[in-house]
Amino acid sequence: MNQAENQKATEPNLPEENLPESVVRRRMLQSFGWFALASAVPVGVYQWIKKSPGAQGIKRPLRNVLNTNETIARTYFSDTHLVTTFPVEEAAKNARVNGYDGLKTPIPEDWKLQIESPGKQPFDLTIDAIKALPKHEIVYEFKCIEGWSQVQHWGGALLSDFLEKYKLGTRSGNAPNPDKTDDLFRYVGLETPDKGYYVGIDMESALHPQTILAYELNGEPINAPHGAPLRLIIPVKYGVKNLKRIGRLFFSDEKPRDFWAERGYDYYVGL
Amino acid sequence: MKRIVHKHPLAIRWFHWINFPVLFVMIWSGLLIYWAYDPYKIQIGDYVLVSFFPDGFYKALGVPRRLAEGMAWHFVFMWIFLLNGLFYVGYTFLSGEWRHLVPNRNSFREAIDVTLYDLGLRKTQPPFIKYNGAQKIAYSAILLMGVGSILTGYAIYKPTQFSWLTTLLGGYKAARMEHFILTLGYVIFFVIHIIQVIRAGWQNFQSMVTGFEIVNKHDPDRPIVDNPVDKLPDAPVEPIEPVVKPSLS
Repeated sequence: MNQAENQKATEPNLPEENLPESVVRRRMLQSFGWFALASAVPVGVYQWIKKSPGAQGIKRPLRNVLNTNETIARTYFSDTHLVTTFPVEEAAKNARVNGYDGLKTPIPEDWKLQIESPGKQPFDLTIDAIKALPKHEIVYEFKCIEGWSQVQHWGGALLSDFLEKYKLGTRSGNAPNPDKTDDLFRYVGLETPDKGYYVGIDMESALHPQTILAYELNGEPINAPHGAPLRLIIPVKYGVKNLKRIGRLFFSDEKPRDFWAERGYDYYVGL
Repeated sequence: MKRIVHKHPLAIRWFHWINFPVLFVMIWSGLLIYWAYDPYKIQIGDYVLVSFFPDGFYKALGVPRRLAEGMAWHFVFMWIFLLNGLFYVGYTFLSGEWRHLVPNRNSFREAIDVTLYDLGLRKTQPPFIKYNGAQKIAYSAILLMGVGSILTGYAIYKPTQFSWLTTLLGGYKAARMEHFILTLGYVIFFVIHIIQVIRAGWQNFQSMVTGFEIVNKHDPDRPIVDNPVDKLPDAPVEPIEPVVKPSLS
């Protein structure tokens, strides 16, 4: 069997046809006409996006799709998939610091965690109240929205333990139950004491079993640039949601304002 | 009368041309994202051969400080890229078009001959039906690269939800680099593709728009596997000229 015959055995010939020259020419012109018309579509789509009004730093159509991506993620993805963890030896000795928004003033001497829940009297907690909760440590790959990542070792109290102990995050005033979604507020909001940085977290991610109110880095109390005295470590989100130096913590059904979402980034940024 | 050969089905032409602007948006927005953390380079010892990318390159293209914009475009058009790719693969395999595409055991030897021919080191190229061996390999590779981009893309887009995939690809950092290397692959493919399309000439190019080519039996640039089609009336318009080139075995 020579090469050509062998080829024919597996690959069929292309269909051929005899046509008058005028028909061939007409078909060509028609095809190129349609092609030119279709080429206008991407140009039109681009113009439409570019001329759309802005929605928090990006164009409205793009924002709408990002919000749809959030809906897809929240509908079809699991709220309890765990982030991959690493042996403690793999943690970076010097965790990277990447942002000082909200930390540009000294730590308030009388720092307390301010908690606000609709229908409840606001109250404050000291760092000792957080440290009294069971301590959890996590060694995981911290992921920055810029694209870099680093294995880091954090310690603190689970946010879910904190919400359970103080019966927060629910309309009923009971401890939150992830199955009773109607009773849960939809968002947790966090702000630095100077309100220079602020984030909103969906309740599913707040209740995730790896979300931590952290007060230790590499077994030591965290320092000011890393968010002393208390910061959020939320491995299922990009770094931008891991607010440092928590001043105020509140609950809401409306999306709390979010520093980077206001600057054109996706609000959800769930990993 | 003209004899035409139906080369590209309508669906294939749609998938091809939709992919053009979509892939452009994906590569462009990918560059805006990559700028925010751009550690990749090729270096020999301490000598940096290529850095991805020099500041002048970013500046000339207006890339800096557009991460949010890049992410927004990327995570919108990824859906069109994914759907178009799924439809393309689905169509190719259900319609039987894959018979023209998937390389066979001769394709690699053929691809070497085609390359030698393209470089002017061989007088003739081996006969082919739709795509030559080099094309089969290139177009199948680009399909697999598309699959690779989607997998590495999801591995870095949702590394917790798809942690098994991220791990399988060697981790988050590795998956990001693989995603980047595949993109370089598209750019290289694109450059070669454009050069080859120009070399192949108008008949070949227009067939991706019209779907057909006008048959010229004695075109040395387009040797076809000789197999007279039965039943169709044989109506050559021009007198058959003597074959100048040596016939191909």
